[in-house]
Amino acid sequence: LVLQGYLDEQFNQLEELQDDSSPNFVEEVVALFFKDSPRLLTNIELALEKYPQDFYRLDSLAHQFKGSGSSIGALRIKNECSIFKTHCNGRNLEGCRRSLQKMKREHANLKQKLETYFQLLRQVGPQECAVNSWK
Amino acid sequence: MAGCKGGLGGEAPHVLAVDDSSVDRAVIAGILRSSKFRVTAVDSGKRALELLGTEPNVSMIITDYWMPEMTGFELLKKVKESSSLKEIPVVIMSSENVPTRISRCLEEGAEDFLLKPVRPSDVSRLCSRVLR
Repeated sequence: LVLQGYLDEQFNQLEELQDDSSPNFVEEVVALFFKDSPRLLTNIELALEKYPQDFYRLDSLAHQFKGSGSSIGALRIKNECSIFKTHCNGRNLEGCRRSLQKMKREHANLKQKLETYFQLLRQVGPQECAVNSWK
Repeated sequence: MAGCKGGLGGEAPHVLAVDDSSVDRAVIAGILRSSKFRVTAVDSGKRALELLGTEPNVSMIITDYWMPEMTGFELLKKVKESSSLKEIPVVIMSSENVPTRISRCLEEGAEDFLLKPVRPSDVSRLCSRVLR
């Protein structure tokens, strides 16, 4: 319930890679994402405020953010990045601005959800959480 | 997940993973290690070539396509142009399904082209095909 709708199958695949030698693999990868992603979002924001806008660069920055998000299974972030890229292709500045705000909200929401999830994991144990994460 | 069979003496194959994204490097390294590969992950084609110059036993290179300064395609070309490196299988990863990009890489000698996000099943398939 904690993560329903926020993550896709990729997250489940990463959880299945965890074993005794890498017990915190998913949390480590997620930490890398949240360490790197604020910079990507800031770069998109700065690029949006430049005049004239470089929609090719904006698309490239969104592509990076989408790629990282996809790698951890961040479904909503991935989808919003696709919308942002569509606005870039249409040179729709207002659309890009609206989409960026959504990306930032989804980013903050996911961070909060995952922090809760990993806290829960530490309390109840990994098997119990893995079973419930897709309900 | 079934692991890959080792090379001479049963040692695990050594894979060089190249990706400028720290997240993607961690993911591909995790997938490879769970398949019992030895993994070195670097963040650029330049660093990959530096390592290849000093490390003689790389069994496979798996590289992202889009990287700043040197793309995965450019890295592939440099490997295939080198008499000492050309036999190393190179696999390209990309988040974009662009048929012309895929065929260009395969024509240049890439063993395979994987769409990101890379799955453990992709690596299992690679193991049986590329590292026979």
